[in-house]
Amino acid sequence: MISIWLIPAIILIVLVTATLKKIPSYEVFVEGSKEGIQIAISLLPFLLGMMVSIAIFQASGAMGAILKVFDPLMSMIGVPEEILPLAFIRPISGTAALSMTTELIRTFGPESFIGQLASVMQGSTDTTLYIITVYFGAVGIKRMGDALKVGLLADLVGIIASIIIVLILFS
Amino acid sequence: MVNLIWALLAVIGIIYAAFNGTMEEVNKAIFETLDEAIMITLSLAGVLIFWLGLMKIAEEAGLLKGLAKIFRPVVKRIFPDIPENHPALGYILSNMTANMFGLGNAATPMGLKAMKELKNLSGSDHASRSMITLLAINTSSLTLIPTTVIAIRMKYGAVDPTSIVSATILATLISTCAALLIDRYFYYRRKRAFRI
Repeated sequence: MISIWLIPAIILIVLVTATLKKIPSYEVFVEGSKEGIQIAISLLPFLLGMMVSIAIFQASGAMGAILKVFDPLMSMIGVPEEILPLAFIRPISGTAALSMTTELIRTFGPESFIGQLASVMQGSTDTTLYIITVYFGAVGIKRMGDALKVGLLADLVGIIASIIIVLILFS
Repeated sequence: MVNLIWALLAVIGIIYAAFNGTMEEVNKAIFETLDEAIMITLSLAGVLIFWLGLMKIAEEAGLLKGLAKIFRPVVKRIFPDIPENHPALGYILSNMTANMFGLGNAATPMGLKAMKELKNLSGSDHASRSMITLLAINTSSLTLIPTTVIAIRMKYGAVDPTSIVSATILATLISTCAALLIDRYFYYRRKRAFRI
């Protein structure tokens, strides 16, 4: 698979170019990587705080209850209700979404409509809340402007698009 | 807005648990999550340290500038606020490229570094226009090859594990275009509101 070759190839290109240009690569590496430690440490409070809130919400069962409310609506439009929890959780928690996708593929089979839909949904959207937390947390942005609205609306479009595309291609 | 979401998730959860007898699960989840957050940060630290080191070499060797040069016409349109030859451009491009190939691990450090450069550019703790655009691109996912999903499908015996790739690319394309349009819409709305 291409991604197995990609990372070693990037390392190779960078190091060969640097060596040819007589750049002290190891020293530059250490200098640049120090920034990584700082970013990771400044990230921790943002990430930890957000994760705890999401965990409380999930573990209490409140998330499941909210999802139940939407069940009738989904069956009305003809989308299998099993997919809804995934659509709802995908922007909030990456690990929860991944385990849900795995569960859906396991239960219904990878070639089933739900299995295909879960796969496409998982692949075409990303965890908005996590990305905003991490990206803005790392540089200390306190006023995030419209970022959350933009991210969540884009997720909605992505989810609707995956439903329509999978309906057209696989059913 | 994030303050509200953060507080609401926890408050609703605790109140719900109080009425449904799931307080024990909540307690357990809180302390498990603390460990988990430390673990995630630690593994993220490893990735950050490695890639930021490597990218620093790439920057000094002029590779990031080269990358920025090739894609300048496109990126200039998406990020009109970033001055030409600014280092942020190189990092944004590495972030987008890594995302496209499904290298999430490599994409995050580039994205964070790009954010840092954008912050230097704006010098305030408010999200700038370019920062919101960068987030929009990242949250809509640029993945062209969803390696994780393919791996899961393989594990559960898919006849054709990669059958979803074309559908995923199409959906990603639509959601990324939508993200950019929505981002533009909010930007012009902000601009109008500011003038009035």
